[in-house]
Amino acid sequence: MNHTTAKNIKETTGVDIDKCYQCGKCSAGCILADDMDFQPSIIIRMLQTDDSTNNKKVLSSESIWLCQNCENCIGRCPKEIDIPKIMDYLRTESVKKKCVSLKAKHQLSFYRSFLDSIKMSGRLSELVMMVGYKFRTFNLLQDVKLVPSMLSKGKLKLIPESVKNRKSIKSIFKKTTTSK
Amino acid sequence: MAGVEFATDYKYMCSDPGQNLIKQAIKEHHLDGVVVGSCSPRMHEMTFRKVCSEAGMNPYLCEIANLREQCSWVHEKCDATTNKAIEIVRGLVEKVKRNKPLQAIEVPISKKALVIGGGIAGIQASLDIANCGHQVILVEQSPSIGGHMSQLSETFPTLDCSQCILTPRMVEVAQHPNITLYTYAELEKLEGFIGNFKATIRLKDKSVDFSKCTGCGLCMTKCPQKKIPSEFNEGLGTRTAIYTPSPQAVPNKPVIDRENCNYYKKGVCKICQKFCPTGAIEYDKADKFITEEIGAVVVTTGFNVLKTDFFSEYGYGKYKDVITGLQFERLASASGPTLGEIRRPSDGQIPKKIVFIACCGSRDPAKGLAYCSKICCMYTAKHAMLYQHKVPDGESTVFYMDIRAGGKNYEEFVRRAIEEEQVNYVRGRVARVYEKNGKLIVKGADTLLNAKPVEIEADMVVLATASIANNGAEDLAQKMHISYDPYHFFAEAHPKLRPVETNTAGIFLAGACQAPKDIPETVAAASGAAVKVVSLLSKPTLVREPLIAVVNRCAPPQYSTCVGCFMCQTICPYQAIEREDITDRRTGQVIKTIAKINPGLCQGCGTCVSFCRSKSIDIQGYSNEEMYAEVSALLNK
Amino acid sequence: MKLGFYPGCSLQGTSREYNESVKALAAAFDIEMKTIDDWNCCGASAAHSISKELSLALPARILALAGQQGFEQVVVPCAACYNRLAVAQYELNQDRELKSSIEQAIEMPLNNQVKIINVLQFINTYIKDKIADKVKKKFEHQVACYYGCLLVRPHKILGFDRVEDPTSMDELMTIIGATPLDWGFKTECCGASLSIARTDLVGKLSGKIIKDAADRGAEAIIVACPMCHSNLDMRRPQIDEYIGKEISTPVIYVTQAIGLAVGIAPEKLGLQRHFVKVNIR
Repeated sequence: MNHTTAKNIKETTGVDIDKCYQCGKCSAGCILADDMDFQPSIIIRMLQTDDSTNNKKVLSSESIWLCQNCENCIGRCPKEIDIPKIMDYLRTESVKKKCVSLKAKHQLSFYRSFLDSIKMSGRLSELVMMVGYKFRTFNLLQDVKLVPSMLSKGKLKLIPESVKNRKSIKSIFKKTTTSK
Repeated sequence: MAGVEFATDYKYMCSDPGQNLIKQAIKEHHLDGVVVGSCSPRMHEMTFRKVCSEAGMNPYLCEIANLREQCSWVHEKCDATTNKAIEIVRGLVEKVKRNKPLQAIEVPISKKALVIGGGIAGIQASLDIANCGHQVILVEQSPSIGGHMSQLSETFPTLDCSQCILTPRMVEVAQHPNITLYTYAELEKLEGFIGNFKATIRLKDKSVDFSKCTGCGLCMTKCPQKKIPSEFNEGLGTRTAIYTPSPQAVPNKPVIDRENCNYYKKGVCKICQKFCPTGAIEYDKADKFITEEIGAVVVTTGFNVLKTDFFSEYGYGKYKDVITGLQFERLASASGPTLGEIRRPSDGQIPKKIVFIACCGSRDPAKGLAYCSKICCMYTAKHAMLYQHKVPDGESTVFYMDIRAGGKNYEEFVRRAIEEEQVNYVRGRVARVYEKNGKLIVKGADTLLNAKPVEIEADMVVLATASIANNGAEDLAQKMHISYDPYHFFAEAHPKLRPVETNTAGIFLAGACQAPKDIPETVAAASGAAVKVVSLLSKPTLVREPLIAVVNRCAPPQYSTCVGCFMCQTICPYQAIEREDITDRRTGQVIKTIAKINPGLCQGCGTCVSFCRSKSIDIQGYSNEEMYAEVSALLNK
Repeated sequence: MKLGFYPGCSLQGTSREYNESVKALAAAFDIEMKTIDDWNCCGASAAHSISKELSLALPARILALAGQQGFEQVVVPCAACYNRLAVAQYELNQDRELKSSIEQAIEMPLNNQVKIINVLQFINTYIKDKIADKVKKKFEHQVACYYGCLLVRPHKILGFDRVEDPTSMDELMTIIGATPLDWGFKTECCGASLSIARTDLVGKLSGKIIKDAADRGAEAIIVACPMCHSNLDMRRPQIDEYIGKEISTPVIYVTQAIGLAVGIAPEKLGLQRHFVKVNIR
């Protein structure tokens, strides 16, 4: 074990996974631990082993896409290991290496559709986002039942809102998300 | 080099043949100075000085040139390094030429020891010193000796009844002719130096005259203030305002807690005085101060444990049934608030499901305590076992990170808990505990099963909280001028080889005040400290190295170049400088007052030398002349 | 003190009643807030899960605009936006290189001195001492104050209230005459952005919250985050499915609760827009 994985993570996120002594407090308090394929402390352990198979398993896991960054883990971790930050890193790596778990594709589609809407107008349009989501997932009936009540309660804007300086938003997206 | 009569080289100079080489050279060449080019003086300066002394040369004419730690170990092998070695030797040769023969200093010793803290460490140390025939003063802050060990129910790994093995020693202390016991007392001030300390002890007023009190206990039954949380029972039981901490207290005579007494608070009551058959109760007396001449001090002030309110994720102390390990000891103890039955503090029911959480506060840099408290793995196993013995149909679970059971029979003890007593051990820490419908919901994880969450609805939760330094540890350390670490544990002189000494000569320490410890180690340390004290007190006088500062003296009418500004006295970190009056022998009139260095206290640090404006102070063995010669030799190639 | 207002995307649409109640409450106490001109979305969970730089640049644009428009403090009612803005501000202040690269991305200078406050901090600073005098009808109900995960964590950066068992909302409820309950899910996450792709998990996580509150006799759950509200209110069918029975405990915003107590009309507070009927007054 050359600690290459740990070094990479330290350089990109500043988090030192070698500090983790596997106490399990994070997994004990994780809201979705029961539904994850790998609990947070196990993910850290797998990264600690610096093993390529384990790394692949981590990046292909559903866990990293279920994590909601609720910060229960780092709030209680005795070694103050920033697991949410690592999760964000693992998510971007997982997309980069094209091994996103099949079970998580819908969640990724949700994030992408969300950002597409922002890219377009700088502010979220639920309608635009949902249309994009349904296109990506073929989940055409998702929340269709809610539309009438949302409309009658005045909660659904049919005409999307937009920032005035849309160019600045497009420029931000271009500068930050295009791979260099 | 000029002045060098003989030079040689030998691989292991510190060995016998090497030493003999030096002795022979001194005799043959009539040497009056030796420079040994070798390892650090911290290693063998004493060896070589002894060698010179045996050969008839004053040992302080021998100097060590450190060619190892300061030269060969820190540089690459090359000519420059060799040159540096030569320069170092040259510097010391020039110094040694100016060295003066010095005699060791003898300081008188007071043949009395002071032991601060009356727990098992203090009790053991006092008995050991007293049994060697020396006088001991034992000072204890609370109304009784015994410390935390007297609060325990049973001790690991033997499950001995703690009070049964402790109380005989407590009584022995009270009855020992060589031990003077002051309870409800504190160290007020410590002055002086090794062999010659002056301790001022505050005897807090007890409101009870112990010479009249028979310990009948009638006053305690009559006292109207009955609901004061008992410190001995860790808040789980109550006591009265006039009280002894426990039925087996030594001395078994009560004191009045002024903060909770009706008379002292509101000026009414006085019932205890009315009922006392011997008239032993006297109010409103002041604290007494006594001073004692002490030769050595042993600090055995013990430790404390974190309380449950420290833990945000376990309820901030608001759940009554979340308790500390020490509180559990009181529940399990036959003389405790529940007479040895494990009962919930909230409703008195016997818990059928109990959870023990290890490492609460310890090994937790996020909460500020990075260290391991050492004893919790063992006492948690003990608690779980005691619970299973007392509640056979109960279910106990221990959430642990590691098991630290390194002592004799410790590992077998923990395995017994797991394998024979049916205690469930789950490896994983607990994220949080909250209360619902009178039950405590414990959310942990089993890291050996892929960190699957484990949720238990418990009736009681016991936290193995961290052992921390005792209250007032910092103040006491500063009073005695001993060092302490960031956690306020007192610092030993060397972690490996000098565990029971401090860096302050004459002050020793033992027990949990130095670091978390179990009872066998505490007793061993206490006996170790006792031996150090006895070896000190057994000498007729104390011999010290003469490498100390001296204020110069010269002929009258000047007497000394010292002008009496006393900057040195202000600046001396060891309070080693006094004022000396130079008086006319006939008239007794004071001619001038100059500084005087106390040879017993001075550590030779040299601070006063640098501060002295008139250059009146010099250090023997490191005089200005010697140091300038060494430095000049180093500079003038 | 020039007070800015950052609504965030949810207040404009799905959580319109939160926007209405915050504005109504501010008006009732004569507090002026000005919306940041040309504000953009903070990026929420999507941005930080996809791109670190994007997740910093979007909030940075907001902070830069706020600075340019002269605001000293900005009120951010949405807890997620509050968290994103505060964390982005902190991270950019820690790393000078990162800050300058983000400034290049947003093409604006960022002096980063604006103070970001959440709705509870806003109430505590500007309204709290005046509430007691203005209470027209005591809100005499047993309530469970739900803080959600993003208001109090990460504590090192936000420095607000207590990480476990926070009390600021409970104190406000006491002032308006309510009885805040001691319960076990004050800061447990409701399911956040899983609302669309994994509505079943939201049903479970929010279900645990609703169940604990209902078991303890809560007549209402008070929230300070539109995401939490949406998961606890709009997703009630999934919650009921998880729990196994219908729970009718309403979920109202802290601003709505205080608004009711000081006599603001329910329609002005948007109470009719909730999915779970709000019958308590």
